[in-house]
Amino acid sequence: MDVPDDRRYSIDHEWVLATGDRVRVGITDYAQDALGDVVYVELPQVGLEVRAGESLGEVESTKSVSEIYAPIGGRVTAVNSELADAPERMNSSPYDQGWICELDVADQSSIHGLLDAAGYRELTEG
Amino acid sequence: MSEGPAAGGQASSAPLMGHASEPTLFELSQPGRRSWQLRTTGIPEWGIEDLVPAEHRRVAPVALAEVSERDLVGHFTRLSHRQYSVDLGAYPLGSCTMKYNPKVCDAVAALPGLARVHPAAPAELCQGWLALLVELDAVLCAVTGMAACTLQPAAGAAGELTGLLLMRAYHEARGERRTRVVIPDSAHGTNPASVALGGFEVTTVPSDERGCVDMAALLGVLGPDVAGIMLTNPNTLGLFEEEIVEMAGAVHEVGGLLYYDGANLNAILGVVRPGDMGFDIVHMNLHKTFATPHGGGGPGAGPVAVSSRLADFLPGPRPVRRTPSGGGTPVAPGSVTSGTAPGEYGWSWPAHSIGRVHSWHGNALVLARALAYISVHGGDGLRRVAERAVLNANWLRVRLAGVLDVAYDRPCMHEVVFSAAGLKKRTGASALDVGKALLGEGFHSPTVYFPLVTDEALMVEPTETESLQTLEALARACERIVAAAEGGEDLHAQPTSTPVGRVDEAQAARSLVATFDARPEEPRE
Repeated sequence: MDVPDDRRYSIDHEWVLATGDRVRVGITDYAQDALGDVVYVELPQVGLEVRAGESLGEVESTKSVSEIYAPIGGRVTAVNSELADAPERMNSSPYDQGWICELDVADQSSIHGLLDAAGYRELTEG
Repeated sequence: MSEGPAAGGQASSAPLMGHASEPTLFELSQPGRRSWQLRTTGIPEWGIEDLVPAEHRRVAPVALAEVSERDLVGHFTRLSHRQYSVDLGAYPLGSCTMKYNPKVCDAVAALPGLARVHPAAPAELCQGWLALLVELDAVLCAVTGMAACTLQPAAGAAGELTGLLLMRAYHEARGERRTRVVIPDSAHGTNPASVALGGFEVTTVPSDERGCVDMAALLGVLGPDVAGIMLTNPNTLGLFEEEIVEMAGAVHEVGGLLYYDGANLNAILGVVRPGDMGFDIVHMNLHKTFATPHGGGGPGAGPVAVSSRLADFLPGPRPVRRTPSGGGTPVAPGSVTSGTAPGEYGWSWPAHSIGRVHSWHGNALVLARALAYISVHGGDGLRRVAERAVLNANWLRVRLAGVLDVAYDRPCMHEVVFSAAGLKKRTGASALDVGKALLGEGFHSPTVYFPLVTDEALMVEPTETESLQTLEALARACERIVAAAEGGEDLHAQPTSTPVGRVDEAQAARSLVATFDARPEEPRE
C-alpha cells in the first residue's frame, strides 16, 4: 500500500495535506482498495462547516456505501467536481487526482493530532 | 459421507447455459418479419388513413422488434434455460434464505376457489379466503409468540416500515416523544432506511469481538428518547444473540420497544419464539422462511405480528372470526348465505389502527402458499426445517474451515460467514472472484461483501433443502477454486463457462444505461 510521507492520516483512512492556509482531504490507497471500484461520490457543499468526525459526503462502490468523515474541523472552500464524472480517479489516483475537498482550517496545528505516515502504516499493516 | 452424483453443481446447471450470449430481440430483428400474418381472404382491406384521423396517427411506425414467432419463442426459451433458479440447483445466497419452494404450494394457490375471487367480493362470498387468512394469522402468532398480526405488508421492508409506524403510534398514544431507534452495526441495510422513512434517527451500536451486540455500548446509548431497537436474531453474521433477554430487559427498562427483523427466522422456527425473547414487534419474510417465491417469481409478503399492547394499532381491516350472533350456529366457510347474513368470518378495524399499508388485503396468493407450506409441515416439521438449516450451515462451516477463513469460529445458526481476506492477501483472489468462479462451477454465488463488519465476506446459507451430496459438491467446488488461486491462476476473468462472462460492474454503475436504444447508432462525441 502506498502511504506518502508528505501528509497526515486519520484512523478512518482519510489523508490531510497542508497547502498554505488550507488543507486538502482525500481517502487513502488502503481505503480505495478496501472499497473496491468507486462508482459515485457525493461531495460536500462549498461553505459547509464541519467538525472533526462529521460527515463530508459519501463514497459508493460496487461493494458498499461509505461515509467520508472530516479528519479535522473546518469550512469547505473547494470540492473536486471532476469526481462527478470520473469517480474512478479515487481508485487510480487516491492521493492526487482523487482528492475530495479543501478545508479552511482555523487551527492548523490540529493536523498534528493525526497519524503520520509511519503511524498509518502501522495501523493498516499491523 | 456417502459418495454419489450430486443434485447441485455442474450436473444441474452448466450444460444448460450455452456458450454464447443471447442477443436482444432488437438485435434479432429483420425488417418486415412478423410473428403473425392473417391468411389471404377476399375481404377488402381498409387503410389506416381511412380508419384513424390524421391528428391521431403516428408520423412513423414505432421501432418494435420484428421477429417470427419461432424466433421469439426460441429467444425466451433460451433465456429461461440460462436463468439460474432455486428450481435448478443450490442457491447459497446468505441472508436471503433461497430455499426450494415446494410445488404443492403453487398447486394450492392455483385452486380456482382462491385464484378467481375478486378482492372486493363481500365477506359473505369469500368465507373460505377469510378462514384461510384468519388461520394464517393465528399460526404466525403461534410461531412468533405474539398476540395479533397484520398480513398486509408486501415484503420485508414494507413490514419494517409498518413495524416502525406501529412503534411511533404506540409511543404517541402514551404522550411520549421518542426520536431514536437503535440498530447494531451488523444490521441489514433496510433497517436504517426504514428507521429514516419512519421518521426516526438511527443510533448505531457496535458488535463485540464475538460478533454480537456490545452490551456495554448498548447500555450507553439507551435513554428516555429511545423508541426502540431493531434486532435480527440470529444476527446477520448467523450468530445467536445470547444476551437477548438482558438486552430486552434494558430496552424495556427505558420504555423502548424491541423489533424483531424476521429475515433469519428460518434458523429458530419451532425452537424458540421472538415473543419469549422479549420482542414486541416481529416481521416475517414469508418468501424466505415459508418458501413462497422471491421476487421475479411473484410478489413477497411481510406480515407483522405484535404483542397484545400493540394490537390495537395494527393496520386494518383485519380478517377476523366473528362470534356467532344470537347463539346461532356458525356459517360453514364457503357456503352461500343471504346478502345480509354476516357469516362466521368478516373484516374488522383495530381501535387505533395506523390505517392500511397495502391496497386490498396484501399479496393474498402468497399468503395462501405460506399457509400451505405450514400445513404440509406441521409443527414438528417446521422445527425440523430450522434444525436441518442450522445443521447444514454448521456442516459447511466445519467442512470448509481449512479452505476459507471462518469469520467467527463458533457454532453458527442457519448461515455461516467466511472471509476471503487471507486468500486475497496471499493470492490476490477476492471474495468477488470466488463468488464469480462458483458460477462457473454451476452454483449460485454466496452473498459477498455483507455483512460489512467482515472483511471480504462470503456469506453462505445452504438452507435445509440442500442434500448432503449437494453440500459436498459445493465444498469441492470451493476447494477447486481456492486451490486454483493458490496455484497462481488468475480468477479475475472468471466465470468463463457461462453465456455472459465477467461483467464490468463498476463501468455498468458509472455509466448506467437503463434502456435499450433500438435506433441506428449515431456518431457520438
